Amino acid sequence: MGANEFAKLPHIGESVLRKEDYRFLTGAGQYTDDITLTRMSHAVFVRSPHAHANIKSVNTSAAKAAPGVIGVLEGKDVANDKLNGLPCGWLITSTDGQPMKEPPHPVLALDKVRYVGDHVVMVVAETLEQAKNAAELVEVDYDPLPAAVDVRDANGGPTLHDIAPDNHCYKWAIGDKGLVDEAFTKAAHITKLDLINNRLVPNAMEPRAAIGSYSRANDDYTLYVSNQNPHVERLLMTAFVMGLPEHKVRVIAPDVGGGFGSKIYLYAEDVCLTWASKKLNRNIKWVCERGEAFLSDAHGRDHSSHAELALDKDGKFLALRVHTDANLGAYLSTFSTCVPTILYATLLAGQYTTPLVYAEVDAWFTNTAPVDAYRGAGRPEATYLLERIVSRAAFELGLPQDEIRRRNFITQFPYQTPVALQYDIGDYVACMDASQKLADVAGFKARQAASQAQGKLRGIGYSSYIEACGLAPSNIAGALGARAGLFECGEVRVHPTGSVTVFTGSHSHGQGHETTFAQVVASRLGIAVDAVDIVHGDTGRVPFGMGTYGSRSISVGGAAIMKALDKIEAKAKKIAAHLMEASDTDIDFANGEFTVRGTDKKIPFGTVALTAYVPHNYPLETLEPGLNETAFYDPTNFTFPSGTYIAEVEIDPETGTVRLDRFTAVDDFGTIINPMIVEGQVHGGLVQGIGQALIENCVYDRETGQLLTGSFMDYAMPRADDFPEFKIGHVCTPCTHNPLGTKGCGEAGAIGSPPAVINAVLDALAPLGVKDLDMPATPHRVWQAIQSAKA
Amino acid sequence: MYAFTYDRPASLAEAAKLVKAGGQALAGGQTMLASMKQRLMQPEKLVDLSRVSELSGVRKEGDQIVIAAMTKHIDVERNALVQQHIPALAALAGGIGDRQVRAMGTIGGSVANNDPAACYPSAAMALGATIHTTTRKIAADDFFLGMYATALQEGELITAVSFPIPKRASYAKFKQGASRFAMVGVFVADTTQGPRVAVTGAANGVFRHPGLEAALAKKFAPESVAGVTIDASELNSDIHASAEYRAQLIKVQTRKAVQDALS
Repeated sequence: MGANEFAKLPHIGESVLRKEDYRFLTGAGQYTDDITLTRMSHAVFVRSPHAHANIKSVNTSAAKAAPGVIGVLEGKDVANDKLNGLPCGWLITSTDGQPMKEPPHPVLALDKVRYVGDHVVMVVAETLEQAKNAAELVEVDYDPLPAAVDVRDANGGPTLHDIAPDNHCYKWAIGDKGLVDEAFTKAAHITKLDLINNRLVPNAMEPRAAIGSYSRANDDYTLYVSNQNPHVERLLMTAFVMGLPEHKVRVIAPDVGGGFGSKIYLYAEDVCLTWASKKLNRNIKWVCERGEAFLSDAHGRDHSSHAELALDKDGKFLALRVHTDANLGAYLSTFSTCVPTILYATLLAGQYTTPLVYAEVDAWFTNTAPVDAYRGAGRPEATYLLERIVSRAAFELGLPQDEIRRRNFITQFPYQTPVALQYDIGDYVACMDASQKLADVAGFKARQAASQAQGKLRGIGYSSYIEACGLAPSNIAGALGARAGLFECGEVRVHPTGSVTVFTGSHSHGQGHETTFAQVVASRLGIAVDAVDIVHGDTGRVPFGMGTYGSRSISVGGAAIMKALDKIEAKAKKIAAHLMEASDTDIDFANGEFTVRGTDKKIPFGTVALTAYVPHNYPLETLEPGLNETAFYDPTNFTFPSGTYIAEVEIDPETGTVRLDRFTAVDDFGTIINPMIVEGQVHGGLVQGIGQALIENCVYDRETGQLLTGSFMDYAMPRADDFPEFKIGHVCTPCTHNPLGTKGCGEAGAIGSPPAVINAVLDALAPLGVKDLDMPATPHRVWQAIQSAKA
Repeated sequence: MYAFTYDRPASLAEAAKLVKAGGQALAGGQTMLASMKQRLMQPEKLVDLSRVSELSGVRKEGDQIVIAAMTKHIDVERNALVQQHIPALAALAGGIGDRQVRAMGTIGGSVANNDPAACYPSAAMALGATIHTTTRKIAADDFFLGMYATALQEGELITAVSFPIPKRASYAKFKQGASRFAMVGVFVADTTQGPRVAVTGAANGVFRHPGLEAALAKKFAPESVAGVTIDASELNSDIHASAEYRAQLIKVQTRKAVQDALS
């Protein structure tokens, strides 16, 4: 079935209430911590209090003797059992042809710790209290070393890893530097910008948690873990770290309370629990505490960049030149290396016809928690840089922010960018038009005058973003260094009475797949949404799948289900043809009924399902019984959601307080299956993006390397009253190569919103002479910027 | 959390005895329980004051509003006497923390804890309140001794805080973005003894500002604030705000409080 046909089916575009909400809203969800196995024990991790230190000795004897203690394990035990370190899933090759520096990432620290929170010792005891008490008795003798936490201090800073004496992981580049440099010599105007993309802490509502379980009877393991991609977790853990055969390890990611990227990765704790469950022959639970999550979850962003944009006299972009220093943290987290490269610089063409782009990225090790993909992953960093410099160019040239964008929008598709990607379709002008209308841009001047009358400054900011989603064509990803495929699987199991269970490799941790995917299946088969259940998150039940990240689930996971449904439909037509004594090429299937073209013969889907499993009158010699099909879908291209966001802020110049007064988001996600769920995703993304722009900031002490924002007392999480009511709109150009015509919506809000907000702040502050401001635009920072401009 | 014993006495006498014997008093627990969960505090004996009947309620005694120590923020916020006589205090209570904090946290707990960014200490200082304890009465000016430090002795329990009714008053809080504690909170009271201005959140403890008080004594009006110099040298600088910024906020918040008190 094609995407256009699909979009017209019943239930597609319908805001079906979420099937999963009953259990979530009544507290009946089953999260990892809700699971209690027999003979459960509890683990606590002793973590480094130092940003950087040599370990002189570890003394666990008092801890081992403490009441209730089952085991105390340290780096030496890991080494003795010959476990490998944690792997990195993406190889980046430096511009000199050398592979990136890939230092060991020990499961428990050996000889050295490299960030505050680094995992050193695991204590397992009968109760959590006993484990905590024993953990306090572990004596680690550290010899502290100087630390570097700021990416600008990494070069020439204290060496973290022998393999990378200068802390440099790789230098990567894309684009033709020679041509770009030449274009700059011919520019009528050059806009320059230095900016920092601030580090963020993911803060999923449910912290990480895991239960390791080993069965001596079957010699197999089960790991329950709060994770976004259980098959990937299993593959990395078995093949790369533990050397176990995959059929002996089952990974279950039950209900998961948010991930935002931070639960994609294989973490040391997961390995420790699996390993120790056999070693100690006990089921072991670990639930990360919030303070521990601040220290040890993979953080997001943390770029420091310099950008230059060359323009002609009419404001047309001629070339973009970018240098970025990316902070990778102390070790390479699972997909850390592709975030500031493949997922970042390939997006620097944005929505514009800029013919030449050159970007160079230096990636560095620092004494901080590892940095990896966080909602948007690379694409927010690209969008922030590009949309900031575009608005800055507009300010410098005296052009309206919308006008400079319109002059440079891509309008012909498909469009080959100078940074590898080929956009299949989009309508950027339509998004801009719709967003401006919804935002009542026409009324801005009047609102600005009203603010001014009250001594306030009002500004408007634009951001026209694009993202590459639907990750990803495996062959392209492989050529770019991916060490895994990026397809997705789907199995559609039609039961004898016509209800359906779907097994998907996608994982839902808040996205509402149980509803959206059921809508896809119900619409195709002409059955009720309630007749379809979605199973995910269990390697013991679901075929090998790649999980959820990069706004890929509906476009890749949904497409796999579509392919399985194609197979179901084809087989069902053969069964129907047999029952109605017709040729299967004459069978049509619509609205849950099989009909013979040109006749009034028809039978319902349920009859065919039952016949498949009760094959008394059935073409057994040519057709197998049953109606159960599996498909794998590997996309042929990325999908390209896009949109234009408009922010309007009001600033109190006395205190620097920024009040976000209006926010408008118009997105093109292609086909929308459940508008309510999509709107929820947009809201969540906006809150995260605006949070980054206005309040969220992860800060390490530049001298000591201590995390200064280690709790919600100092790390500002966005709250409902920080926001106005969002205005949301849509433009739809269905993706041309996706069976559903979808593009993905999970990250858009977080990608598009930060530059819109900062551009609005800078627009408001322009009369005071403020030209630049880094995120987050807290009252203090804004006030300081105003004071500096006065001075 | 470490293991501890738990008592919940029903009378003040019994509570005082338990505390004197080394028990740690537990009021609303909105700071202490979190500290215990993080193992930053490990009291061995906990004495929960929530059932001590003498310690709750609000009454008017002459020109004073007397609030018993275990009165919760939400009950101060909604109390008719407080709303009628010191509406600024009711508003302050309604702006502490979040709903959960206000439903559990108490005035006595807040005052005894003396968090340098807490709201209540500024009201107590500006209104010239008196802290009543199991053994004596202490003027607010003598009670708050800097970060988490008070004049309370070992085994001494706060029983009530009495607030003289001012001519007018207002509290203007500028919230720290993460904790939503006061980055700078200014309580301005125009009292029978003249204007009093107390600042919280800005330094290592609540303090009165003589310069602002003198300016407002000349004329209790928003414009009086403009000419006052705020010395930033004693103010806090941290990742949320510099001392200079806090100095600026003290002026802005004082002006807003005066404006509001007059409106």
